[in-house]
Amino acid sequence: MLTNFAALEVGQHLYWQIGNIRLHGQVFLTSWILLGALLVFISLGTKKMENDPKGLQNLLEFLWDYIRDLARTQIGEKVYRDWMPFIGTLFLFVFVSNWGGALIPWRLIKLPSGELGAPTADINTTIALALLVSLSYFYAGLSNKGWRYFEYYVHPTPIMLPFKILEDFTKPLSLSFRLFGNILADELVVGVLVFLVPLILPIPVMFLGLFTSAIQALIFATLAAYYIGEAVEEHH
Amino acid sequence: MLAFNFFAATEGGLFDINATLPLMAIQVVALTYILNSLFFKPVGNVVEKREKFVSNNIIEAKNKLSEVKKLEADLLTQLQSARSEAQRIVSEAENESDKLYKEALELANNEANASKEKARLEIESQTSAARDQLSKQAEGLSELIVNRLILEK
Repeated sequence: MLTNFAALEVGQHLYWQIGNIRLHGQVFLTSWILLGALLVFISLGTKKMENDPKGLQNLLEFLWDYIRDLARTQIGEKVYRDWMPFIGTLFLFVFVSNWGGALIPWRLIKLPSGELGAPTADINTTIALALLVSLSYFYAGLSNKGWRYFEYYVHPTPIMLPFKILEDFTKPLSLSFRLFGNILADELVVGVLVFLVPLILPIPVMFLGLFTSAIQALIFATLAAYYIGEAVEEHH
Repeated sequence: MLAFNFFAATEGGLFDINATLPLMAIQVVALTYILNSLFFKPVGNVVEKREKFVSNNIIEAKNKLSEVKKLEADLLTQLQSARSEAQRIVSEAENESDKLYKEALELANNEANASKEKARLEIESQTSAARDQLSKQAEGLSELIVNRLILEK
């Protein structure tokens, strides 16, 4: 069974060595392909903007509206505009990565080591995203409220201080591991099922994987927006 | 250096954290700026312009509607006052014509009575004149008859 799992190549990476720095090449390869596709899609949709939206523009406007609603409900009317691009980028990046990883048959492309897959199934990517969220909510709080941001730590009572400090560590940890775990688990389940029963049986699991992928993107973006909203919220 | 392998002692593994992390973070930040200028700003401009256009039109339509209602009420009061004015004028004219009719009738009656009286008097005088003449003639005739009778005798 161990050899079977080895065939799934869990934890194998395509290493790129640049000077002293080592990178997971497969993560960048897939992310570049997927982000390239996303950018092409978006450029096509925004090439000819009309007041009367048609086709792709309609879809992009729907997406924009969806992201705006998400940012506005979580962050609040006052500052959601500043953070909407960041929240939207997180959502789009995670969504495109998850779905790209699940939908495109990467396995057909053979790499010397490791395999192509969702960039979000690599812990580096998810930690990078989670740390960006942490930085942005600190920045949002400090830039909006100055030093009064730290009132949040003793709100409503100073007893909350240790928990609030602990939260600053658990937030990025939970964000990164939730995304990483879900996407990796989905890939593994599909991989194992395909390996064991190559016909029909993996298909419902694949659909479940698509569902999970979309939900995870929404959860990540919503939580990021919620943390920023929490940081800029005024206590009275 | 940037390669900190503290989860996996050996090469590889699920928790192999290395320079992929900061580079991916930089990539996502760059993506944020690219998407902002390529997607969020242009689409936002178009959508917000349209939303403004729609809300402006709604406000304008509401203003126009209230103006129309005001004008309607205005016209209605004007119409009512015009109607009562017309009523007043009509009744005044009716009274006037009634009065005039009565006056004319009286005048005509008087005139008719006067001319009737005059005619009666004339007839009377002519009748008496004719009677006088007749009696004179009768006198003349009787005299003539008497004379003839007397002369023949």
